[in-house]
Amino acid sequence: MKLRRSMLFVPGANTAMVCNAYVYKPDTVMFDLEDSVALAEKDSARLMVYHALKHFAYQDVETAVRVNPLDSPYGHLDIEAAVRGGVDIIRLPKTDTIDDILDMQSVIEKVERKIGTTKKTQLLAAIESALGVVNAVDIARCSSRLMGIALGAEDYVRDIRTQRTKEGTELAAARAQILLAARAAKIQAFDSVFSDVRDKEGFVSEVKKIKNLGFDGKSLVNPNQIYMLHDIYAPTQKEIDWAFEVIEAAEHAKKNGLGVISIDGRMVDAPIIARAERTIYLARTSGMIGEDDE
Amino acid sequence: MKIINSAHAGTLESSDIYIQINPFKEDKIELELESSVEELYGDAIKELIIKTLEDMNVSFVHVKAQDKGAMDLVIKARLQAAVLRACESDPVWEEL
Repeated sequence: MKLRRSMLFVPGANTAMVCNAYVYKPDTVMFDLEDSVALAEKDSARLMVYHALKHFAYQDVETAVRVNPLDSPYGHLDIEAAVRGGVDIIRLPKTDTIDDILDMQSVIEKVERKIGTTKKTQLLAAIESALGVVNAVDIARCSSRLMGIALGAEDYVRDIRTQRTKEGTELAAARAQILLAARAAKIQAFDSVFSDVRDKEGFVSEVKKIKNLGFDGKSLVNPNQIYMLHDIYAPTQKEIDWAFEVIEAAEHAKKNGLGVISIDGRMVDAPIIARAERTIYLARTSGMIGEDDE
Repeated sequence: MKIINSAHAGTLESSDIYIQINPFKEDKIELELESSVEELYGDAIKELIIKTLEDMNVSFVHVKAQDKGAMDLVIKARLQAAVLRACESDPVWEEL
């Protein structure tokens, strides 16, 4: 599964950000055609994103486009631009039901057939309402194109009639449900944006929390948040050393037909080995170790 | 594609370009360019604007472009947006 810790939102009408976002090396650049773009600029932003997707600078980074809803005057044109531009992922806003996914998938398939591409555009569903959270399990399992589900916190808290807090108490139920739904469907789970870009302490605290909950990553609104998030998601040297020790012990046990193994008196079984493999995967994909280290 | 109205797209911010499109009485592309990088890239920008308009089958047009160091992708996007607004048309993707 691809490493997607950081998904950087890039307003589609912001020329400088559209042209430069790849420089900051987020795991995914997510061009936005929805809330960050004024109605009068939807057409111009769509064309800018279309050309950016085709530009050589964006061929080596994963790209996503947050499109407008299909029941708006912009949704179909956004999808046409994104798919023709060769986007990797389309992010659906305000996903409440399975039908939202299936309708979007049908429009994407039509464009793919029309242009004769063999590329299969993936889907990321943003869940932003109580109804969406309640349906998260069904949503997560309804399409093979779905690579993940994401929490859209601002609309969600409005829908459940509360407000954002630093502690994030209001998001606890939604985060748990979205994470479990994603894991049950074997897809990825992404947390919402942290909008106050000046509050580094609050951002770090939130990232630590969602990492511990099990989220694969988070949507970001500012390039400065990328490095802080990657640092928190990177395993420590101690964790990497431990992971290598576990893998080595497991391989030794397998070769010698041993059953349960232990390291420093602690039993090592399948879940521990899987965790060690994930640590090494994270270290490798974060560039902390190379092939030669393994 | 027929220019029906005057229209514009883009901004005068750094890295952007402001494009003003007007109908023109003659069957040609009349282009005025001001650019912060005109000495180095003026000819290339003009070439790109004309090629983009030709690909969209646009003539009888006057274009005023005020460039603030925009990349090619921005120039194309802003120009195409202005043309589509001036023609009151949806994109013909094969021409873009």
